[in-house]
Amino acid sequence: MTDAPATPPIAAARAAPPRAAAKLEGLWPYLGIGLAFAALPLSGDTYWGIIATRACVYWVLVSGLNLVVGFAGQIAIGWVALLTIGAYVTSVLTAGTAVPEISPYLALALSAVAGAVSGVIVGLPALRLRTFYFAMTTLGFATIVTQIALAWRTVTGGGVGVAGPVFPGWFSTPWGFYYLCLGLAALCTWMTANIAASRFGRALVAVRDAEVAAEAAGISKRALLVTVFLFSGAVAGIAGGLFASLQSYITPDAFTFDLSVLFFISILIGGRGSILGPLLGTILLTVLPEIAAPLVAWSTFLYAALLLLIVLLMPGGIAELIDYKNRRPLSRHRELAPRPELLGRILKDHARPGTLSLNGIVVTFGGVRAVDGLDLEIRPGEVHGLIGPNGSGKTTTLNVVSGYNAPDLGTVRLGEAVLPPGMTHLRAARRIARTFQTPRLIGAASVLENVMIGGTIDGRGSFAESVLALPRHWRTEAVLREAAMRALSAVGLEQLAAVRADRLQHSELRFLEIARALMLRPAFLLLDEPAAGLSAEEIRRLATLIVAITRQGTGVLLVEHHADLIFDICDRITVLNLGTILAAGTPAEIRSHRDVVNAYLGA
Amino acid sequence: MIESIVAYGLAMGAIYALIGITYNVMFSASRVFSFTAGVLGMLGGVFGALFIRNLGMPVLLGLVLTLACGAAIGIVTEIVTVRPVLKSIEQHLYVLSTLAFALLIQQFTAIEWSTEPQPFPRLLDIGPGWFDQQFWLPVLACAATIVGLELLYRRTLVGRAFLAIAEDSYAARALGLPEQRLRMASYGLAGAIGVLAGFAGGEVLLAFFANAPMLNFYGFVPVALGGMGSNRGAVIGGFALGLFQQAANFLVGGIFASVAVFAVFIVVLLARPEGLAGAAGARRV
Repeated sequence: MTDAPATPPIAAARAAPPRAAAKLEGLWPYLGIGLAFAALPLSGDTYWGIIATRACVYWVLVSGLNLVVGFAGQIAIGWVALLTIGAYVTSVLTAGTAVPEISPYLALALSAVAGAVSGVIVGLPALRLRTFYFAMTTLGFATIVTQIALAWRTVTGGGVGVAGPVFPGWFSTPWGFYYLCLGLAALCTWMTANIAASRFGRALVAVRDAEVAAEAAGISKRALLVTVFLFSGAVAGIAGGLFASLQSYITPDAFTFDLSVLFFISILIGGRGSILGPLLGTILLTVLPEIAAPLVAWSTFLYAALLLLIVLLMPGGIAELIDYKNRRPLSRHRELAPRPELLGRILKDHARPGTLSLNGIVVTFGGVRAVDGLDLEIRPGEVHGLIGPNGSGKTTTLNVVSGYNAPDLGTVRLGEAVLPPGMTHLRAARRIARTFQTPRLIGAASVLENVMIGGTIDGRGSFAESVLALPRHWRTEAVLREAAMRALSAVGLEQLAAVRADRLQHSELRFLEIARALMLRPAFLLLDEPAAGLSAEEIRRLATLIVAITRQGTGVLLVEHHADLIFDICDRITVLNLGTILAAGTPAEIRSHRDVVNAYLGA
Repeated sequence: MIESIVAYGLAMGAIYALIGITYNVMFSASRVFSFTAGVLGMLGGVFGALFIRNLGMPVLLGLVLTLACGAAIGIVTEIVTVRPVLKSIEQHLYVLSTLAFALLIQQFTAIEWSTEPQPFPRLLDIGPGWFDQQFWLPVLACAATIVGLELLYRRTLVGRAFLAIAEDSYAARALGLPEQRLRMASYGLAGAIGVLAGFAGGEVLLAFFANAPMLNFYGFVPVALGGMGSNRGAVIGGFALGLFQQAANFLVGGIFASVAVFAVFIVVLLARPEGLAGAAGARRV
């Protein structure tokens, strides 16, 4: 037997490849595409030069839109409106017909500003409206912009149009302009890739796939989306300026809905949450109609057909097709081996705000009083069990603490401070972490990235610093990655760090949620039925882990149905029935409480 | 001038209301909004012009054929774009699949029919003037649809089954109702209502492929403002929108009318995302 032994699957999944190698591996497709584009002028083919310029201009816009559609999951269809605005701002400012003429570079910068402002205006409804509604508002906006361009004759020239800007010097030649567009396209690729790999990129995907969990991690959807709309609008405005220059003359007819469709579908064909996929998608859709001339009229029809096929057959898009790493099989015999001894380092110097207390909490849903005058005190370093039959108000109580339900009456205090009712995303800053009855994770992200989400609020450095990959961005990433690996080791999942989360088993997801919660270095940890669906052995390991967490001074509120687990590890137990307290005390007291035995535990 | 505002406004309002009802009938059966609503309205005009003007069929035969084609497209919409993605409704893939399908039909129409507006045949010989048939036919179609739907929902077993599905599809399935077939039937019905809007309003709208996105938006406005699933909201909202738009068109010009409608739409939705008459959303955790 001289064959080299096959790589055992577990080794492949064990740890991410070394960082430098991984970066290089991720880089070569971009380098390949960049070199191919940079070498194109050598062919001397000016027709393809124009097509390639167009692809670069489109990509400048699509790269920004990708953050909105692919990462944040907002169905923004009418993005051509921003291209229109950018094109007209640049053209009108440089044409010198309506206002004094200014330099094309300054005009391009101003079109970025106009694009950014418009991006926020188009985007704002996304903070309140659901998908289809938002899609409609973007469509409506696109129609309005075109109508204004037609009607505002004194400035835009109406149906007659206006000349596009010409960039001075070498950039006025076709190949010079091509290199200008290519350079900006490369810059946009680099910037959006930086965002994608930062805590902002992860937070966007979290808002898309696990909004509830994102709030619990302290991610403010509002601030995040507004920032992304600003960025995305700005690059779309620049793309508009370049587009006007490429067209050399613009009329409202140049900005058809077909362009919106092209932008939007490039991203979905490429795959959500990827940079390379939409880049390939944009190139593909720009080039496709050129390969066969008869296809030009049918191009939008083809795009639509492609979109339908992608949605129905391959929702992951090109990105999933080329993600060969996540197709390697995982070992079937994986074992969760938590290492509670690591918790000391993870929870070291966490906040100690005192006791978490609930006073006179009342929550009603319609006519039902789900929680009816509840008092509860959770102390640091203790496990407080909350048990009771279904519908007795356990999860509602937990939701009141974490802000998902605002109580009608009563207050929640952390030490002396009153926690504002509702305001889920402010709980993380108070170091209150939670898990969910049904694990809320980002299936498309890796296990490590899921855990890093938990540490988002501890990130340093602004969005702009991440866009430009300045030092604080790298430091934050390194700190978060290290902390996340440690949290994964503590719950026993470090071998699966690089694996997509949707490939994990149910029990692993439960421990993954705990690892994510640990990233907050919580003063209080709220666990909603963490043992549901776990084997007896896994429950034993979970118990060890929970007890070890409280040893570090963290208070745990444990909502659970497994009576054994509750009585084994709780310091105090509260029994709920129909929203009121049936009994409260130590496990020994509860075990012998007659009402509890009758109503719940059984003789 | 006031007559033409009212006559034209009511006609457009009735068309918007019918498209709104089309959205609602599909929504009730599947909890899904479909981009095909406006496309169906557009097709009503194209089919009518094709059957009656180009092929010379009698008006009644043309209407029946148009309705049948609309119903067929509705059913295909359900099978191709809604059923496969209903299992994972939280991913909102239906927005993309119905958009793709709507674009397919729209582009196909543009290429195979015409990219220019084509005339729609005169259906009845009444007019001209403010009582011209082109103005009151859409209103008549809208009234007939409302009465018909009301009779269907209140008086027939199938109609009650539709309501049961709309109310609680799980419970309806537990009772043994064939949810899938009822959903298909709803989409067929919605298809017929959608093309009826375009057919009755054919002379006003003409047979033009670009009516699809216009009807999609203005048909959705009353649904969003009136509360999804509410036909009363769609009808009241549709007529109000039609009258407002025509008044603004005549008084200050079309561009301001569009901007005003869009602004009202956004402001109302931002203040009350569930619509003026809708109920707040469900619990999330």
